Amino acid sequence: MPNPPPPPSSPATVEVDHVSVVYPAKEHTVTALADISLSIREGEFVSLIGPSGCGKTTLLRVIADLEQVSAGTVRVNGLPAREARLARAYGYVFQAPALFPWRTVLGNVCLPLEIHGLDKARARAVAMDHLARVGLQGFEGKYPWQLSGGMQQRVSIARALGFEPKLLMMDEPFGALDEITRDRLNEQLLRLWEKERRTVVFVTHSIPEAVFLSSRIVVMSPRPGRIVEVIESGLPSDRTLDIRDTPEFTAIAHRVRVALQEGHGGH
Amino acid sequence: MAATEAVRGRLGALWFRAGPVLVVLAVLLLVWYAAAVALNAAQVIERTLSSEPGWSAADLVRLTLSMDRPVLPAPHQIALDLVDSIFGWPLDSPRNLLYHAAVTSSATLLGFAMGTALGALIAVLIVHSRTLERSLFPWVIASQTVPVLAIAPIVIVILGSMGMTGVFPKAVISMYLCFFPVAVALVKGLRSPGVMELELLHTYAASARNTFWKLRVPASLPFLFPALRVGIAAGLVGAIVGELPTGAQAGLGARLLTGSYYGNTVQIWSALVMSALLGLVLTGGVALAERWLTPGGKR
Repeated sequence: MPNPPPPPSSPATVEVDHVSVVYPAKEHTVTALADISLSIREGEFVSLIGPSGCGKTTLLRVIADLEQVSAGTVRVNGLPAREARLARAYGYVFQAPALFPWRTVLGNVCLPLEIHGLDKARARAVAMDHLARVGLQGFEGKYPWQLSGGMQQRVSIARALGFEPKLLMMDEPFGALDEITRDRLNEQLLRLWEKERRTVVFVTHSIPEAVFLSSRIVVMSPRPGRIVEVIESGLPSDRTLDIRDTPEFTAIAHRVRVALQEGHGGH
Repeated sequence: MAATEAVRGRLGALWFRAGPVLVVLAVLLLVWYAAAVALNAAQVIERTLSSEPGWSAADLVRLTLSMDRPVLPAPHQIALDLVDSIFGWPLDSPRNLLYHAAVTSSATLLGFAMGTALGALIAVLIVHSRTLERSLFPWVIASQTVPVLAIAPIVIVILGSMGMTGVFPKAVISMYLCFFPVAVALVKGLRSPGVMELELLHTYAASARNTFWKLRVPASLPFLFPALRVGIAAGLVGAIVGELPTGAQAGLGARLLTGSYYGNTVQIWSALVMSALLGLVLTGGVALAERWLTPGGKR
């Protein structure tokens, strides 16, 4: 059964309104984002895809208040981006796991909870629960260097689940992993999303990854960074990796590829 | 059969670890004995053998290695002096080297604690303020270009005029040598977290205090401990130097000084060996603390 598009009345988790990000430079200013507007509804899985330099990571960082806008407004859960960050509205997964080598797996997942002010015992219980959700029970006592790259990134996802944010932001989290590991983690991530329906904003430059994971794919293009096309996926939410061989999947992937080429235009 | 194999394996492993050290030790002892014979020969010939015609090489070696005040004492003379001093006298006797080692190490440890605290304070100030970095760092570096031998008497005299004697002035000199490596290493360590780690805490809306204690401090420990090992060894030198100008009655420095007053070279050498051993024990203590305080094993 195809995913029914959420009703338009569903509240916007992320509201990006005419946002520009301009880096002033001596010779010529760099426009990382040019007048971008995007609304992400609650429970959506939105992928930002495009070639390097298209501003997909900048857009994610703007939503996370890691980057300041030059013009326009960003609202997360109805709050300005900065206040949303201070209210700990989202979890963020970086390109690299960024685990602290002096903490165990459990200690790393506990980190945001400790900062949030939970007492040690409570933090441990919550962290153990998060670890179980990414399939890492039994590894809580290990140190990061004892884990494979894929496991480390799962720990960082468990850590981002920290204080149960409604919004999960992921910046090419599986970019550094081999394809087999990436496929497995994609499927796990999809199951997690299917179960919990957390809003996810996911940056990638892999077309199959974007099509497989997303309910909506935002295709971006560089110089200046802008949105070329937004593609609704409509694939069933209980899809498995096998769906990649179906004509429906191929059709959506084709649309994404065409949009990417159009974005490149005369280049 | 299997048991002997295992024993041989264990002996092999032991030899692999201790072998190179033992070989170096053997070469060192050999060179030392040769040097002792060579350096002491002139005196022995002049004082004793010249009046006994027909002396042999064996006489020369025997006498050069058993002088009362040799130019260079032989290793076994130093070892005997050490054993005699440590086991022949009560622990609180000024003739027991352990007593002097205790006096010196108490000054070293106090100075090490003060130096580490001072170094940490300076590092935290420098990391938190660019202005302080520019105004403090040149002084920190300049302080280390002043020879400790020049500083030591000044410190002793000034603190003495304020009524402070004993361990404290020596600890101040020890601190003066200790704080520098700690400050430099901690500045580097506290700044070691990358952009990603800092942004991670930013997304948690972590306070500056949390960022400091949960990220910067643990990240700085691998930088801090090597500096502490250097610092405690430098602090020991500082404490010994601090004992020289005071005419101190106790401490390895005082022992070195009285030894050289009376030309008692064996006493000088055993005090030297004692301070080297003390240095090993102190840095070993820091290494143990490092193992205990930095979890995560090898990285």
